[in-house]
Amino acid sequence: MWAQREVYFLTFRSGNEMTREEIRDEIIDILQDIAPDEDLSGLDDKTTFRDQLEMDSMDFLDIVMELRKRYRIQIPEEDYPHLASMESTINYLEPVMKDMQRVS
Amino acid sequence: MYDTIIIGAGMSGLAAGIRLAYYDQRVCILERHYTIGGLNSFYRLRGRDYDVGLHAITNFTPKGARKGPLARLLKQLRFRWEDFALSEQIGSSVRFPGIELQFGNDFELLRSEVYRKFPHQKTAFENLLGRISDYDDLDQASFELSARQVLCEVIDDPLLIEMLLCPLMWYGNAREDDMDFGQFCVMFRSIFLEGLARPRAGVRLVIKNLVRKFRGLGGELRLRSGVEKIKTDNGRVIGVVLENGEELEARRVLSSAGWVETMRLCDDISHVETRQAGQLSFVETISILDAPPSKLGYDETIVFFNDSEKFPWRKPDELCDVRTGVICSPNNFRYERGEELEDGSIRITAMANFDRWVNLTDEQYRLEKLRWYDEISASAVRFMPEFRNRVIDTDMFTPKTIRRFTWHENGAVYGAPYKRLDGTTHLQNLFLCGTDQGFVGIVGAIMSGITIANQHCLKD
Repeated sequence: MWAQREVYFLTFRSGNEMTREEIRDEIIDILQDIAPDEDLSGLDDKTTFRDQLEMDSMDFLDIVMELRKRYRIQIPEEDYPHLASMESTINYLEPVMKDMQRVS
Repeated sequence: MYDTIIIGAGMSGLAAGIRLAYYDQRVCILERHYTIGGLNSFYRLRGRDYDVGLHAITNFTPKGARKGPLARLLKQLRFRWEDFALSEQIGSSVRFPGIELQFGNDFELLRSEVYRKFPHQKTAFENLLGRISDYDDLDQASFELSARQVLCEVIDDPLLIEMLLCPLMWYGNAREDDMDFGQFCVMFRSIFLEGLARPRAGVRLVIKNLVRKFRGLGGELRLRSGVEKIKTDNGRVIGVVLENGEELEARRVLSSAGWVETMRLCDDISHVETRQAGQLSFVETISILDAPPSKLGYDETIVFFNDSEKFPWRKPDELCDVRTGVICSPNNFRYERGEELEDGSIRITAMANFDRWVNLTDEQYRLEKLRWYDEISASAVRFMPEFRNRVIDTDMFTPKTIRRFTWHENGAVYGAPYKRLDGTTHLQNLFLCGTDQGFVGIVGAIMSGITIANQHCLKD
């Protein structure tokens, strides 16, 4: 039953860290997945997602769950407020994700 | 060891299963019946396809809408709007003696009808809309306020109150006589503010989409697998025992079987108050016609009728109560490219008494079905064109049928009157979704499964 699923591997790289730009791309990819009808090209990184996109608490849970599914990152519930805007999300994820790479 | 075992392969269980399997949980859905769907199942009889319970899907919002339960559930389950292939209703109405209120998927029709027929209630009606718009924030206490009481405070014409309650109670009220205000608001939005639609292929399209997605994500679905016992240890569920004796372990269990029904399965509970079970059950006649209903001059989608000024909403003493009912024609939706259904058909629902129906002998049961088919049709033609001379086949479901498909105590279509909105139980890893959690209808059931899966089954 597991064979059909997409599998992501974590690899650890040295001297070739995941940049803020790459983390941003990954978040955009997740947002596109959660809200396929949203146009994300003009997203302002400093403004909250909630003020720019039609997102509710279910969508925020999905950001958390997608990060877990793709990168095995566990985000405790008290840290959810860090995911309010693109900038705060990248700030929060940068130290956690810098050594990771998504390979599909 | 499963991450989550889900009891019941109805809309809510399947939706919860998709959410959990999507996020890589090992999930198994156990269904007692030999078929899926619960109340929203389907079957084939004498060469024709039938739906068990579906009249229409509520909460219709058009493609591209970003708000509302339909948009939300499509997003959460990663479906496209097209996957449900919804066609909108033509138009519906509430009919009482000498007066009718028409409504459609554009709310302005109902507003103008209320303005025209109850000119002194314009301000009152707008005030009511104001009260309804905040319902999303209701806590359990204000959810359980009496809808009748709130309506009496706002509207002074009792007839308008009855006419608004009639369709909303018919499509989703588990409580006799009165309705939770929260439920009133949910139903008002689902039916009047959003709207009604139907996939041309009926409910099987929705169910098959859900099952395909669940299985595609690696979910396991077992039919004819009734749960006999939920095994507990020290305030926690440890697994379930099936009727065939097989034992399955799980980190948590999510049950859509209903509150009383689920409590009865728990091995740490010796006595369950069955008073808490719902009482309201229905009969429904299905008449296949030799022509589409429009040929008989009938093009309405749903008609909610009541033959007096007071709307009775309680379990009848007799087998059925036909003073009020719902007439639905699956033909009367705006199907794409004007495609018609193969057969014309009319479904008519009336209230029924579960105990009286289950206590009949087989022979009596057969005869009473025939008798009440006639009574129900005779009652309905007071509110729609004569169709009885055009009938070429019939079927009928009774509270017994509902019990078989849903396993609900008393064949209660909308479950128990008391809803557990947060889905929790006395056991820390046993949760409730579906009818007794609070949301009804197809969209409601799916949202229930999603919400409870999100809240209780995903985060740890």
